[in-house]
Amino acid sequence: MDKQEQQSEATTNRAISKRLVLGCGALVHELVALTRQTPELKEAITLQCLPAKLHNTPQLIAGEVEKHLSKNAHKYDDIFVAYGDCGTAGALDAVLEKYNAQRVTGAHCYEFFAGSQAYEDIVEDQLGSFFLTDYLVRNFDRLVVEGLGLDRFPELFDAYFKHYTQMVYLAQTESVELQEMAKAHAESFGLEYKYQFVGINGLSAVTSPAIKSAFQIEVLDSSVQPINAHSPA
Amino acid sequence: MSDNEDFNLNDLDDKELVEQIQDDLYDGLDEEVFEGVQILLGREWDANDVLGDALVGGMKIVGEDFRDGILFVPEVLKCAAAMKGGMGLLRPILADSSIDISLGKFVIGTVKGDIHDIGKNLVGMMLEGAGFEVIDLGINNPVENYLAAIEEHSPVIVGMSALLTTTMPYMGVVIEEIERLGMSNDFHMMVGGAPLNQEFADAIGADAYGRDAARSSEMASNYIEAQRA
Repeated sequence: MDKQEQQSEATTNRAISKRLVLGCGALVHELVALTRQTPELKEAITLQCLPAKLHNTPQLIAGEVEKHLSKNAHKYDDIFVAYGDCGTAGALDAVLEKYNAQRVTGAHCYEFFAGSQAYEDIVEDQLGSFFLTDYLVRNFDRLVVEGLGLDRFPELFDAYFKHYTQMVYLAQTESVELQEMAKAHAESFGLEYKYQFVGINGLSAVTSPAIKSAFQIEVLDSSVQPINAHSPA
Repeated sequence: MSDNEDFNLNDLDDKELVEQIQDDLYDGLDEEVFEGVQILLGREWDANDVLGDALVGGMKIVGEDFRDGILFVPEVLKCAAAMKGGMGLLRPILADSSIDISLGKFVIGTVKGDIHDIGKNLVGMMLEGAGFEVIDLGINNPVENYLAAIEEHSPVIVGMSALLTTTMPYMGVVIEEIERLGMSNDFHMMVGGAPLNQEFADAIGADAYGRDAARSSEMASNYIEAQRA
């Protein structure tokens, strides 16, 4: 292979050695932070997010993800979806299978942020645990109060919360301001407040070795065909 | 649907009033639904007809729009509250009625370790609207609660709900125990809840999986109708 051919192949590899990270809008801060932790991934990862309000309508998530992937998946050779199952009852996984895409392991962001065992321990300790993340603390009024219709129908409060006893803030950052806000949210709902810093490592799969490997192949060894070359079914 | 129009429900003829109750139910107007049911009963309507034509008819539309993503949980909970008000008037009359139009008893409960009941309550309300007598065991139910309810009520269907991936396997524990006791042919076993799917329901030996409240109610009714055909 002469130099020109090598350059041509390197260009081809560069064009397809890309990962699409399609995330829940509620995770955008954390996803950006993760990619910034590994600057060399900046060009390899394209981050796109769907509206966070889908959190309240899980039956729509799989359809919205599919709509997005059907238009965009062909532009990438590796797709990672930053969602848990998120109440889709397997429907999201069925879509991901079609596009040979991966997602974060876990039922929802509370589980993958806290870690499965820690999450189970909290729930086992107090069945009535309502969870917050940084995003939910910041957007509590929009996603929880308005999202559940409590602004329009405050009489529904008991229907949603009568069995809850505590509000657990699983923090991605150590922000005093957010902790104060979370505490105030718990108080406004008459729930005990519990704080646990969990960080963002639960999402670290979005920068998993597969993409690092593909990136390195693209940059360091243009004669090797890139792995993870997927196209939609 | 009803706006803030100022009119007297008594002025409506029967057909208009039934339609108005359905509209008010859709809009979650509990006082108006209650009043409409009262008026129909005052006009010597049979309680079964009030239930079937006004409330069940209205809830059918609510169920379809919920299924199709037109209505969401807050609105459906309001509808449920309005339905509950109307049912409160009808239930004592229906209990005394010599005519049994009930589709049978449906025991429903959230499984052990789980306190989530919004989905279960919506299913219960839809089932009641469809004509089942619903025995609601509430939340956090160990297998003993299901067995006791089966013993006491002889249901045609037993339904279990779970919202957590950590609690949904307990449904399998209940089904196993029911099978061990040789009771699995005595009633239909349905399961539902956000993290479940058909594969899971099949794996634990459930007879049916209800994807959402409207479908669950529809499936339960279809099962009974098929049994009776």
